Amino acid sequence: MAEPAVYAAFFILAAVTLGGAIAVVTARNILHSALFLALVFVSVAGLYVLLEAPFLAAVQILIYVGAIIVLILFALMLTRRITGERVRQTNAQALPAALAALALLAVLGGLVATFAWRVSTESPPPNTVPLLGEALMRTYMLPFEVAGVVLLVALVGAIILAKER
Amino acid sequence: MLDAIRNLWSLIYNLFPNLAQALAAFLRGTGLPGWGVDLLMALLSALVVVISVLLGMLGMTLMERKVMGRMQNRLGPNRVGPLGLLQPIADAIKFLIKEDIVPTNADRWVHTLAPIVAAIPAVLVYAVIPFGKGMAAADLNIGVLYILAVSSITTIGIVMAGWASNNKYSLLGGMRAAAQIISYEVPLVLSMLVAVMLAGSLSLGKIVEAQGGLLGILGWNVFRVPFGTLAFLTYMICAVAELNRTPFDLPEGESEIVTGYITEYSGLKWGLFYLGEYFNAIAVSAIATTLFLGGWQGPILPPYVWFLGKVLVIVFILIWLRSTLPRFRVDQLMGFAWKVVLPIALVNIFVTGAAITLWQAFVK
Repeated sequence: MAEPAVYAAFFILAAVTLGGAIAVVTARNILHSALFLALVFVSVAGLYVLLEAPFLAAVQILIYVGAIIVLILFALMLTRRITGERVRQTNAQALPAALAALALLAVLGGLVATFAWRVSTESPPPNTVPLLGEALMRTYMLPFEVAGVVLLVALVGAIILAKER
Repeated sequence: MLDAIRNLWSLIYNLFPNLAQALAAFLRGTGLPGWGVDLLMALLSALVVVISVLLGMLGMTLMERKVMGRMQNRLGPNRVGPLGLLQPIADAIKFLIKEDIVPTNADRWVHTLAPIVAAIPAVLVYAVIPFGKGMAAADLNIGVLYILAVSSITTIGIVMAGWASNNKYSLLGGMRAAAQIISYEVPLVLSMLVAVMLAGSLSLGKIVEAQGGLLGILGWNVFRVPFGTLAFLTYMICAVAELNRTPFDLPEGESEIVTGYITEYSGLKWGLFYLGEYFNAIAVSAIATTLFLGGWQGPILPPYVWFLGKVLVIVFILIWLRSTLPRFRVDQLMGFAWKVVLPIALVNIFVTGAAITLWQAFVK
């Protein structure tokens, strides 16, 4: 693909991601925050596409936008009072929060800048799905199954908690 | 003479890929750079897909009203144009010139964005569907996953509409829609997985090719008794639920909650929801055709004719269901999804996997 188009797409997606992320924390209404979060997730998926990881992009949208955001919206709608605009969404802890965020940014930024990233000039394989499947069902079978059992336990636990009235 | 007929027939058989090739060759001849030709061809194929889907949607609204009319022993629309054929165009003009009303206490931005968010994914799905041999706008490696990912965005549009309208009926409709779509998405994915397992690929093109078989008919997944047939049935049940169509039309049950999340919409925004619903209905039929009815596979007739015919049959079944069945109750709805359809789909996957393993171990 033509290089300038890729750069343009990257900068648009990056701007949407960052703008959306800022809107998530500054929006007055918590439901708007959730919708902006959906926008951020979609543009992150766009970044994955630019990195030639379409599988990851599709899974990102399927799980984060299609499941998590929908669940957040669902939970917010069930608790109608929170979505009313009269409830304050922020508290007076702006300064400590800013300091903590800056500290986290410094740590992460430092790590990203100093870590010796492995760089490869090879182009990614055209179809990553079979490789991922092999890895999950053969090489990393046990961790994969354990994750499944943990999720099942969480599911059963949630049902039992919800049933106790 | 015979040769001329044969040439003409092969031209008709591969009409659209031939047209695309000729056009690309012509564009290259005009001295455009390579990426310019690619970009133009991509835009053109997107345009062709969108226009044909729009025409299909207009046709389906008319077909729905006509067929339902006949099933209810009346004529259906027959005043606009010959046999009422121009009725959808009259409807479209009506949407365009109606007043756009936003309720006073509605969240204006979310209210406006909701129909757009709900309608766009329905169009995006068509990008990967193979309408004929070599007639997919983009045959992605992850086609099935792409369809699931894109169509899952629709739910957000519906929930946005339900919440932003600031109306109790809208909110109830939006909640019902979200709960229903999330619940039926699970067995839907599981039944689509059967077709993926049988073809060994997530690409829709490969899934269709794997259904060749004798005469281009006997290889269809729906004829792979029992798991293929069962997967097709569970897919159709869940797909109707995802579409919010009768008997799963609780989110817009007119007799209970006005029209649910669409209650406070009018004019073009209402039209967009309507458009999205029909786009989705045709998309679901096209996906069912691709995954279970062999896509464009079939003897003698050109592939795109076979594809169109199969899609029409499924669309007809959707309309038939709508005019035949009564609506579910809320408690029956969830129980049916989690206690009936999901276990069947899950066991079906196990049976499919076992059958494939046995086949590979003993027959090959």
